[in-house]
Amino acid sequence: MEELFIYVVIFGTLFGVFGGAAILVWFERRLLGIWQDRLGPNRVGPFGIGLALADIIKLFAKEDWIPPFADRFVFVFAPTAIVMAMLLGFAVVPYAPGIHIANLNIGLLFFLGMTSLAVYSVLLGGLASNNKYALLGGLRSAAQMVSYEVFMGLSLMGVVMLTGSFSLVDIVHWQADNYWFVIPQFIGFVVFVIAGIAESHRLPFDLPEAEHELVAGFHTEYSGMKFGMFMVGEYLGLILISCMIVTIFFGGWLGPAFLPPFIWFFIKSFAFICFFILLRAAIPRPRYDQLMSFGWKFMLPLTLINLLATGAIVLWI
Amino acid sequence: MSVVAEQVVSDEFALKLDQQFPGASLYVQRTIDEIATIWIERSHLREIIRFTKNSGFEMLFDLCGVDERMREHRDGLPAADFTIVYHFLSFRQGTELRLKVGVSGEDANVPSIHDIYPNANWYEREAWDMFGVTFTNHPNLFRILLPPTWEGHALRKDHPARATEMEPFRMDFERQDKEQEALRFKPEEWGMTRRDKNTEFMFLNLGPNHPSVHGVFRIVLQLDGEVIVDAVPEIGYHHRGAEKMGERQTWHTYIPYTDRIDYLGGVMNNLPYVMSVEKMAGIEVPDRAKVIRIMMAELFRISSHLVFYGTFAQDVGQMSPVFYMFSDRERLLRIVEAITGGRMHPAWFRIGGVAQDLPDGWDVMVRDFLDWMPKRLKQYESMVMKNSILRQRSHGIGVYTKEEALDWGVTGPGLRATGMDFDWRRDKPYGGYDQFDFEVPVYQNGDSFDRARVRVDEITQSLRIIEQCLNNMPAGPYKAIHPQTTPPPKERTMFDIETLIHHFLNVSWGPVIPAGECSVTIEATKGANMYYLTSDGGGSSYRTRIRTPSFPHLQQIPLISKGLLIPDLIAILASIDFVMADVDR
Repeated sequence: MEELFIYVVIFGTLFGVFGGAAILVWFERRLLGIWQDRLGPNRVGPFGIGLALADIIKLFAKEDWIPPFADRFVFVFAPTAIVMAMLLGFAVVPYAPGIHIANLNIGLLFFLGMTSLAVYSVLLGGLASNNKYALLGGLRSAAQMVSYEVFMGLSLMGVVMLTGSFSLVDIVHWQADNYWFVIPQFIGFVVFVIAGIAESHRLPFDLPEAEHELVAGFHTEYSGMKFGMFMVGEYLGLILISCMIVTIFFGGWLGPAFLPPFIWFFIKSFAFICFFILLRAAIPRPRYDQLMSFGWKFMLPLTLINLLATGAIVLWI
Repeated sequence: MSVVAEQVVSDEFALKLDQQFPGASLYVQRTIDEIATIWIERSHLREIIRFTKNSGFEMLFDLCGVDERMREHRDGLPAADFTIVYHFLSFRQGTELRLKVGVSGEDANVPSIHDIYPNANWYEREAWDMFGVTFTNHPNLFRILLPPTWEGHALRKDHPARATEMEPFRMDFERQDKEQEALRFKPEEWGMTRRDKNTEFMFLNLGPNHPSVHGVFRIVLQLDGEVIVDAVPEIGYHHRGAEKMGERQTWHTYIPYTDRIDYLGGVMNNLPYVMSVEKMAGIEVPDRAKVIRIMMAELFRISSHLVFYGTFAQDVGQMSPVFYMFSDRERLLRIVEAITGGRMHPAWFRIGGVAQDLPDGWDVMVRDFLDWMPKRLKQYESMVMKNSILRQRSHGIGVYTKEEALDWGVTGPGLRATGMDFDWRRDKPYGGYDQFDFEVPVYQNGDSFDRARVRVDEITQSLRIIEQCLNNMPAGPYKAIHPQTTPPPKERTMFDIETLIHHFLNVSWGPVIPAGECSVTIEATKGANMYYLTSDGGGSSYRTRIRTPSFPHLQQIPLISKGLLIPDLIAILASIDFVMADVDR
């Protein structure tokens, strides 16, 4: 019975996040449309939701072209890496009490490790394409993601110190006993959100693919479902980051009892997904070197101060 | 800035030249526009042009060729097969000057002046491309508008103007390969090296198809990492031979072609053309037509600036503003549609007036727009211009000084962003602008942000002008009563035989404009736009020269983008506000 339940959660997660990613394609356009005084997709099915399906069919039916000048093996491997890494990241997310795939005692580290692996996808995709725009995109993403990785990890260490555990379930339980981490770890929260956007390279941190500068950046040469994998990977990253923010800083499944815990988790994550989408509509893109100096000169000291302060509090209070 | 009567200066300047170069033979030509026009000899060309620059003519405004071989009404002009016309501007004195040098067909060359006026570089390439006049000592005299494989020189009178006069065009694989190979960029031709001692440079073709080049425009970048070491802009992909078409369309039927030069400027393009023709024909346009024209032109200025505003934000990565601004532009185009029946290319101005009177209810629509727009502009101000990321991206990026701007022929908002307080509408008023009350926004830094700033402020000023048009629209005819007005007022044709005859002739054949030369410059959406028309007393123009603002603006891109990053180049391109049709014509 126990084992069967795990399978249910695994496949539930799989279908949930893939379905979610497909729906997000539609949802993002629709939400942006409303924000930008446009209609957005509204023709296929009710509210245009059939667009998600149509998009999937289109991606599968498109010619899957591998440029003759590309490094064939790496070119094919690259898009799979991001989807794999992101999916594995979901393994440690606790959706509700007892509903999770694995309660690793190093859950947080596992999540950070998986998001780091996603860098390879972008980097290898950019290099294997043998295209100048893709190369520039790959270069940018390598630098950007490696730098923001640092703050992302550090920003969570305050939470780990207070909880005394890397397990995400423990983190939620701590929050149930005390208060949501967004209050004591507000700086950590802000840094994590910013690093999270940079990790999933969405606007305003979409420099690896900045379409106004690099056409499509690292995935310029990709078409069909290989491009689709990058896109799905990006949406999976978006969902994963939202889930993580909720778990770590907003009490995970916790909420007033009139709704079941899972619904609370869903609602909170959804709110953050909307926030990320709307952020895209609002903010311009900083320049590459500005982004880096913002990271190293502002974010890093901020995180370190946060870390020091938290350490002091844990030690002496 | 005072406007000095030009003819006086003309003679004065001819006298000055005569004193300075006693051996040179000069010929002063009288033109309809009363701009000083002096024929000089090739042997003294460089000295005279250097002297011209030292006498306060800061800008080489235009340089073009004319094929004189078929011209009948030359009236004692010095003999020449081809003339090269240099058009200079002095902002300080508010004067213009035209120098002409004639060459014969067998010996068609003149010395290059690119070291005196740097922006002569592209103009000379164009003149060589179009007329086959060689410019000696030019650093890279390649074709600029026509493809490198083109045979012949397109604006020569013996070059066919229609496809039917040429062999059928075929593109087989062999030819395709040849054409593609011809387009390959060879750094050595441009004096670039593929590597220096530490670095191997990357050469990146930005364009001709790229999301941020606003059309078909190629910039080849020499890159060290993402840093731009050098850049070579390549134009001509949008060339449609608008100047050649001017020579086979009648004066009247050419009007729609002008719309498509700066395709965001709509009827603003008609204005210098019809004013130039009217000057040659001696037509005095009634007041109502003048005010209608100004109102429409300013509406299109707003429309163009809104497109700029949105795409500028978009090119630095801000996604939303362009949608808001396009919906405002839609409101504006609806007014244009109600008045003219067209949207982007109404071709609505006519020789002697405008096509129709304003429709009933136009004032309600315009007033609605005037009420709507200011509060939207306030929103955009906080959304775009006050956004700190956007400021970071555009402050101090793509800077040129006032002197550089003058050297490179930069006009319009790009010039006013460097602290140059000059606007044709105020300082050399045309078409009735002297009756209006408005300010000319001027900023000092000459960077991408200030260029945007000027345009944003201009929207407000244009609204002011439109409001004045709305409140003071004169009554009266919308077309001049003149035989060359095309078409003449239809209502009168049934009552007097003269108008009937003119109507018949002007509609079926087209108006015949007396021989002469005339140029009119206006403050167009993107800078100074000039139509320099030569009539040989026929039903169509002998030579139509279109001086567009975007052409020199693109030429100076390498100057301001060296040492910056690719994203900076994108911000620069966005801040220049060009359309490729306005560059290539």
